[in-house]
Amino acid sequence: MTGDPAHDGTAADTHASPASHDSSHGLTDMGYVQVAVALAIITGLEVWASYTDWLGPAFLPILLVLMIVKFFSVVLFFMHLRFDSKIFSALFYAGLFLAVGVYIVALFTFHFFDG
Amino acid sequence: MADVAVHEPTVHGDGPDDAHGDAHGTHYSSTGLSNNKLGMWLFLGSECLLFGGLISTYMLYRGRHSQNLGPDQLWDIPFTSSSSFVLLMSSLTMVLAVSAAKRGDDRNTKLWLSITALLGSLFVAGQVYEFTTFYREGLGYTTSLFSSSFYTLTGFHGVHVSVGIIMLMALVGMITKDRIHGDKAEVVELIGLYWHFVDIVWILIFTLVYLIPA
Repeated sequence: MTGDPAHDGTAADTHASPASHDSSHGLTDMGYVQVAVALAIITGLEVWASYTDWLGPAFLPILLVLMIVKFFSVVLFFMHLRFDSKIFSALFYAGLFLAVGVYIVALFTFHFFDG
Repeated sequence: MADVAVHEPTVHGDGPDDAHGDAHGTHYSSTGLSNNKLGMWLFLGSECLLFGGLISTYMLYRGRHSQNLGPDQLWDIPFTSSSSFVLLMSSLTMVLAVSAAKRGDDRNTKLWLSITALLGSLFVAGQVYEFTTFYREGLGYTTSLFSSSFYTLTGFHGVHVSVGIIMLMALVGMITKDRIHGDKAEVVELIGLYWHFVDIVWILIFTLVYLIPA
């Protein structure tokens, strides 16, 4: 994900020292503040979108996209998944995508998307 | 979006000679990764299934209520938006605590952890106020399928935040008394991962439960 061979979790780096894996990289404190400001602005946009009518049928997709952007901003930057080993990403995304898949199928079973 | 910095691994030491552990008592798997961190990510992955179940149950039952006690009549979006903002900012203070811990700056670590716990407490207080308001308006836990699924989902999340606050305060106490024997920065980071997870779950709840009309 990072494009950095030192963090791609391949067999080649499995014997490197833990210090090279374990979140020795990340944003600066100012970088974290910038991410937080972006998250606050997106939250404001979400609330604004929920009060306005002129988005029409685009309202729901826009709201979902903003939610996903916020979700992955926290996961990638605040939780350091962007900079950590891909093994951590695999563990988390396995649970996340399994949950999304299972429960979307469950919702289909109950005709949730039939309108 | 922002500059990327490379922090020297001062708190980690020089790393272990083998895959079992280092002088600080932190244990590593054969991949060279911390066992504790692997365990925490595995736990968070499994938590996705728990909250996925609760969110999808709410989505199924959100329309099952009486005419005057549904989301449209009850939600106070400005209030919930403020709570969401508070929890979002607690994620910032948490990541600043992790950053300070990696620099070995105990004073700022404790300061940011305490602010995070304070913001978390503010969020929980807001949730208690919201639940109380809904209850007084006639929405009990067993009033409808909507109310049961709503209280279960947001209640589970509130319990997770409360557990997080207890862990944060315990961590501040342990750092003050120098009771952490292993890698201090890693302990702060692990609790930080849990805290950020609670935040991302709320990001989903805020949009799916509060902002999208039933």
